Amino acid sequence: MSVLVFADNSDGKFKKNAFEVTSYGKKVAEIAQSNLVVLTINANDVSELSNFGAERIIKVNDDKLKNFNAKAYADVIKQVALKEGSDIVIIDSSTDGIYLAPLVAVNLEAGYASNTVGVPNSIAPFVVKRKVFSSKAFDHTEIKTSNKVIGLSKNSFGLVDNKVNAVEEDFSPSLSDEGFKVTVTSVEKTTGKVTIADADIVVSAGRGLKGPENWGMIEELAEVLGAAVACSKPVADLGWRPHSEHVGQTGKPVASNLYIAVGISGAIQHLAGVNSSKVKVVINTDPEAPFFKAADYGIVGDAFEVVPALIEKLKEFKGNQ
Amino acid sequence: MKILVCISHVPDTTSKINFTENNTKFDINGVQFVINPHDEFVLTRAMWFKEKQGASITVINVGNVSTEPTLRKALAIGADDAIRVNAEATDGFYVAKQLAEVIKNGGYDLIMAGKESMDYNGGMVPGMTASILDFNFVNACIGIEVEGNKATVTRDIDGGKEILNTELPLVIGGQKGLVEDKDLRIPNMRGIMMARKKPLNVVEPIDFDPTTVITDFEKPTPKSNCKIIDADKVEELVDLLHNEAKVI
Ligand SMILES: Cc1cc2nc3c(=O)[nH]c(=O)nc-3n(C[C@H](O)[C@H](O)[C@H](O)COP(=O)(O)OP(=O)(O)OC[C@H]3O[C@@H](n4cnc5c(N)ncnc54)[C@H](O)[C@@H]3O)c2cc1C
Ligand SMILES: Nc1ncnc2c1ncn2[C@@H]1O[C@H](COP(=O)(O)O)[C@@H](O)[C@H]1O
Repeated sequence: MSVLVFADNSDGKFKKNAFEVTSYGKKVAEIAQSNLVVLTINANDVSELSNFGAERIIKVNDDKLKNFNAKAYADVIKQVALKEGSDIVIIDSSTDGIYLAPLVAVNLEAGYASNTVGVPNSIAPFVVKRKVFSSKAFDHTEIKTSNKVIGLSKNSFGLVDNKVNAVEEDFSPSLSDEGFKVTVTSVEKTTGKVTIADADIVVSAGRGLKGPENWGMIEELAEVLGAAVACSKPVADLGWRPHSEHVGQTGKPVASNLYIAVGISGAIQHLAGVNSSKVKVVINTDPEAPFFKAADYGIVGDAFEVVPALIEKLKEFKGNQ
Repeated sequence: MKILVCISHVPDTTSKINFTENNTKFDINGVQFVINPHDEFVLTRAMWFKEKQGASITVINVGNVSTEPTLRKALAIGADDAIRVNAEATDGFYVAKQLAEVIKNGGYDLIMAGKESMDYNGGMVPGMTASILDFNFVNACIGIEVEGNKATVTRDIDGGKEILNTELPLVIGGQKGLVEDKDLRIPNMRGIMMARKKPLNVVEPIDFDPTTVITDFEKPTPKSNCKIIDADKVEELVDLLHNEAKVI
């Protein structure tokens, strides 16, 4: 038996989610009295994974797998799971992870628990805690099948330093043409910007900002903090900002360490998508804005005064660091 | 082109979420159920295929009789007919098995589902259904065009989007972007009248043991009070974020 973690990368480089699923996998293996196996596909340098408990690393390198391809990747994971006797497979909750995990579950005839937070409550029966109702509640889900797939909710476990001596092994999967019937023809990506999915800090603004011309200070605040920029739904609907920045229940989920909401009222549908952020700061002129009830820190004030002042103070703070 | 739109029946997004029977049951008291928001975008996109390319639209739900008003609403928006698989939808794998069975027998070309349901947020039914049937699958779909049996699909990715080519039969997990809010259809009187006469076929489920069960629920611990910082003293916020919250 073993616990198999799929550590995804982007252009050969790991991001935080890869280290988080590895840390988590190590913990699950401990509880299940099992061994951890970490699978990578076309990663440049896998040694970093050994900082988070990866004892055994399986490296797949194949040009055909250069672009993410859910079906082909799911087939590779299946082959490795069978070879390694893995009964628990752990995948992150990135856009690619949630695309891939249901296919892996069918491949392995496994029950799948997505949006899992925290380590399993128990191994026999196998029970995990999941976020449900758009983070308005949790459930405890028992996976009844002998194989299990866990989708780990982003930023719910964190990184755990655990330096081990990793054994690396190459593996050549057999790839059939069947796996490549969905092909990427072009990719449009904003380069050099922190994405909402990767960001530790997200700065978000709403209709309180009055118009698209006022986003300069939001972008500057984000830049000072190394944060991603986001917005409420009406802001994207009005065309003030691109839809890719819309967060909330029907937009992108946010699970950052810090979420700063400027001129956002805090409607239930907005909160549902950002509640998983650890610390929330609200800047709003209206002391009755519902967001204050969900926030950790609040400033009742005009964004056009508070945000520039905050930028200034943050620059001073960064300068002294 | 035969399109199947998968409709999930979920609490309205403003619903208060409560549990009964020792936190083992979701309390439906006072909860209004609606078409899952992602499915609304998907259904409207399907309507465009119907209007511009002569596609037929069947809507389907795996659920008990209480979901029929939701299916009728989809018929009122413009679907041609509906299927209800008469079973409790408690496990995504189980739902996918039921859908796959109907699809196998129904000869659908394009299966359009939402990327996730707003109740249990599984995000599993579309991918699992595709995988069971060995159909092509694109998740987080924000655009789709079909010509003959070729499809061009746009997928939302972290920090941008990706354009993909594939073929029918195809399953998508869709979301906003397929159409915009302003395009969403709401049933009008004529649609509602017509929906009453459209077929809603009830089929019995096939046997499949659920792979997961929810044992109970838990509510998040309520937030401790929000610390209010004076608007003239933003340096205090910087200090708190650094020293207390330790996030900067
Ligand atoms: C099915 C459904 C799904 C939805 N999904 C989402 C979703 O995913 N994400 C989402 O965000 N919304 C979603 N919504 C919309 C949601 O209900 C709210 O309408 C929306 O979040 C409000 O956006 P807002 O806070 O920017 O605007 P408003 O509600 O207009 O709030 C603006 C706020 O700015 C404050 N303000 C005004 N001037 C200033 C100033 N100078 N300085 C500081 N503050 C100021 C005001 O006091 C107010 O609180 C959804 C709605 C529905 C029905
Ligand atoms: N019980 C169901 N009946 C029909 N379709 C469903 C059902 N549950 C989920 N779906 C479809 O699958 C999508 C994703 O749902 P889920 O996997 O439950 O998050 C939904 O948006 C629906 O399109």
